[in-house]
Amino acid sequence: MAVATRRRLLLLAPLAAAAAGGGAFTALLVRMQEGTYDPHALPSPLVGKPLPRFDLPGQPPSPGFSNADVTAARRPAIVNFFASWCVPCVQEAPALALVKAAGIPLWGIAYKDQPEKTAQFLAENGDPYVRVARDQTGLVAINFGLYGVPESYLVDADGIVRWRWAGGLSGDIIRQDLMPRVKALA
Amino acid sequence: MKAPRLFAALVLLLLALAPAARAVSDPAEMLPNPAEERRAEALGEQLRCLVCQNESIEQSDADLAKDLRRIIRQRIAAGESDRQIMDWMVARYGNFVRLDPPFDAMTLVLWGAPVLALGGGLGVALLLRRRGPAPPPQPPLTDAERMRLAELTEAGPPAR
Amino acid sequence: MTPELGHFALALAVAIAGAQAVLPIIGANRGDARLMATAPALAFGQMIALLAAFGCLIWSSVTDDFSVLDVAQYSSSIEPLLYKITGVWGNHEGSILLWCLILALCGGVVAVFGRNLPSTLRARVIGVLGFVAAGFLLFTLTVSNPFTRVWPPPVEGQNINPLLQDPGLALHPPVLYAGYVGFAIPFAFAVAALLEGRVDATWGRWVRPWTLAAWCLLTGGIALGSWWSYYVLGWGGYWFWDPVENASLLPWLTGTALLHSAIVVEKREALKIWTVLLALGTFSLSLSGTFMVRSGLLNSVHAFANDPTRGVFILALLALNIGGALLLFAFRAPAMAPVGLFAPISREGALVLNNILLCSLAAVVLTGTLYPPFAELFFGAKLSVGPPYFHDTVVPLAAPLFAAMSVGPVLPWKRADLGRALMRLWWAALIAAGVGIVAALGLRDGFAALGFMAAAWLILGAFGELIERLRLFRVPFGSLRARIAAQPLSVWGAAVAHAGLGVTVAGIAGMALAQSAVVAVKPGQTTELGGYSWTLERLRDVPGPDYTARAADVRVSRDGATVALMRPERRSFALQRQTVSDTAIVTNGVRDLYVVLGDERDGSVVLRLHVNLLAPWIWFGALIMAAGAMLSLADRRLRIGAPARRMRPAPAPVAAE
Repeated sequence: MAVATRRRLLLLAPLAAAAAGGGAFTALLVRMQEGTYDPHALPSPLVGKPLPRFDLPGQPPSPGFSNADVTAARRPAIVNFFASWCVPCVQEAPALALVKAAGIPLWGIAYKDQPEKTAQFLAENGDPYVRVARDQTGLVAINFGLYGVPESYLVDADGIVRWRWAGGLSGDIIRQDLMPRVKALA
Repeated sequence: MKAPRLFAALVLLLLALAPAARAVSDPAEMLPNPAEERRAEALGEQLRCLVCQNESIEQSDADLAKDLRRIIRQRIAAGESDRQIMDWMVARYGNFVRLDPPFDAMTLVLWGAPVLALGGGLGVALLLRRRGPAPPPQPPLTDAERMRLAELTEAGPPAR
Repeated sequence: MTPELGHFALALAVAIAGAQAVLPIIGANRGDARLMATAPALAFGQMIALLAAFGCLIWSSVTDDFSVLDVAQYSSSIEPLLYKITGVWGNHEGSILLWCLILALCGGVVAVFGRNLPSTLRARVIGVLGFVAAGFLLFTLTVSNPFTRVWPPPVEGQNINPLLQDPGLALHPPVLYAGYVGFAIPFAFAVAALLEGRVDATWGRWVRPWTLAAWCLLTGGIALGSWWSYYVLGWGGYWFWDPVENASLLPWLTGTALLHSAIVVEKREALKIWTVLLALGTFSLSLSGTFMVRSGLLNSVHAFANDPTRGVFILALLALNIGGALLLFAFRAPAMAPVGLFAPISREGALVLNNILLCSLAAVVLTGTLYPPFAELFFGAKLSVGPPYFHDTVVPLAAPLFAAMSVGPVLPWKRADLGRALMRLWWAALIAAGVGIVAALGLRDGFAALGFMAAAWLILGAFGELIERLRLFRVPFGSLRARIAAQPLSVWGAAVAHAGLGVTVAGIAGMALAQSAVVAVKPGQTTELGGYSWTLERLRDVPGPDYTARAADVRVSRDGATVALMRPERRSFALQRQTVSDTAIVTNGVRDLYVVLGDERDGSVVLRLHVNLLAPWIWFGALIMAAGAMLSLADRRLRIGAPARRMRPAPAPVAAE
């Protein structure tokens, strides 16, 4: 290649690099607006793997439960971590009622909470759970890869985790994300 | 440019981590063995605090960070290796939790960046270098010119 | 009333910037002197309009006008006056107005100090500045307006983030922005040169003082930010390679390269393409940094409240400014032919190496910062790139840079004998090696030993060129005084700046040796750390203007004598329901004593104690670097446009030495 042409091409390189960068940034911004890109969100490595093994004591009057209990019924279920001190959990309550109404069993785990406060929370916001257990130390939650409350995990009939939602569920998320997946599992 | 050998030697030596910085944790949770505690701190500095915006679990005051610090120390005391503990964390939280990115096919460009950048820079500098314009090729001397040249050189410097 | 005035001033500024972007450029293209003469007037006009707008915003904050949304969200009446003022730039809208203000000040400053520039060059420079300003002002006016009103106004403001209530905040953003945005001037010079189709030695001379000034301010701004993070956030560190920190480091790295590259253009009329590209690139990095920080694309401690629509607007501005400049570069750059030729081993060659190393460093930092979002975009993978990565990649690139830094200035222009040049520095190499060996044996910390060796090499080698010029020890002492007086200030400036970097490296190495301990103590108990005895004397409650605090009195002594009385606090801000630590630091210039107060339990309290060796040197070094830049700025030869008080005729541009 002639020296002059090579020079010209090299001098166009910065513009090309800037254009490529600009294109990538635009794609990222578009995705951010769509909701498919969130720098703070964390995909769960648990998706596609079996439920972690655990056996937790119950929140009275409910008996405790283990991972085997969740899969015993051999149908899709949701494990939901919540706490009385968590504001989005309060806002999530109506959505959980919708899930219950759709016939999907909800297994609740109270994360780092005191029994009396949990009881009060359930009394005030409703108890949609099949059973409620208590993870006082938070160690079971860490096995789930939890990093905040509330979080919900969709488990299929064989005990494999299919979907994780970090944050409060809402009617929209249930319609757009949860129900299609549940139907696919049936 | 005496870089190359110095480079390699320095790369080998400079594997120490940056100065340590940590949150005010509970001294009771620190390990009694100082070497083990240092290991725990070093591991903690490589793990991201997931509820904070950009801190390691060693620096963060968050509850989750405290829990993870405690778990690291328990596992070190139980005799696990650094590798095993890291794998344990990554199994639960994914590669995002590692502040030191993994070294695999996806991060080739990332880890290769210094070499790529340096190589690229040197390459561009060499490519864009202008050597001075070559002198125009001289046509060969004609016979008359050659005889004149012989006269001049044999006659020696002109008398003045 | 005042917010309306401010809003009007802002709108006026947009109009003036628009005119500023168009008229002078047309004038320069046509050679129309009258149109070109509008440039300084328009630049002044924009500057005054923005000063007025900013002044109105500050006034609104000081008078607690909560009908202004910004003031309502980020201020409160119980705040101390200083923070009412400085809080104006603690949020997105206010800080972008500050950005625009500084850009306008740049235009004004060029109008004042650039009076001796050829009128076409000055018109084009001011025109380009107007073009950039117009875009950002339009953005501010439409999407980020600090004068947005809220009606009915709330009774009380929501108060500023308590972490920002600190005197360090008063200085950090303005100084940082002044440096960051200040690189718009070299950018404008580069675009103007491309428009003119000509880069020559005089252009190199014109560009340097502006680059020096911006570099000086950016160095100060980065150092202030790091220092503030050290003494406010209480984590004992000073740099986390956070995306926002990296965004300020990137233009600093290329700006340093630009500074040195411009010397070659001036002295030898070579490296023109490099220099112009660096001038374009540095400000482009500033702009990109602004985008990255405000768009919400990155995970950062510093992130402003993010809004993707703003991101799109800023991206469009970037495309216009950066894309336009680089397009112009691609077409006009080939016309810039170098005049001076040089051998690979020469001062020019060393400066090319300098450029390559600094740009490689910038490339690595950029890659590390952008990898997480790009990896997610292309591979769908979620990764983190944190301090361990940067440490592993930056240090091996910085090492050859430090090694070459002391050698470069002693190389002659055009062609040099490397062996002879190295021989001139034999004493610096010997002492540095000695320092390294002593440190390695005594401290048993490889990183620190290497750091001290590099620092010694840098500091001693920095004076290598000066010693060469003074012909110290080779010429009788009598003429030394005359020789010292004859040295241009820029030689002193360079030596001081290089030495300053050495001081900072020493500080970083010293911090690697820092000792710390976390202890739970009751009042009256003593702990030992780092050769000092730390006694917790008592705990008490201390009220503050908008917080309540719990304070500990700690006495630090050595061999029975009291060294310091320290009072770390934990402050609870009722309005924002946040607790913030106020670290106690006592320094003697060579080491810092650092105490952070933690939780209390059963009568005992958790304290974190640090003895940070040489920590202050990190920031002293930066100050020294900035001082070096100021010395160079004071060099008579750079101020060809000095006021008419000259006794002798103005010196002609200095030919290659």
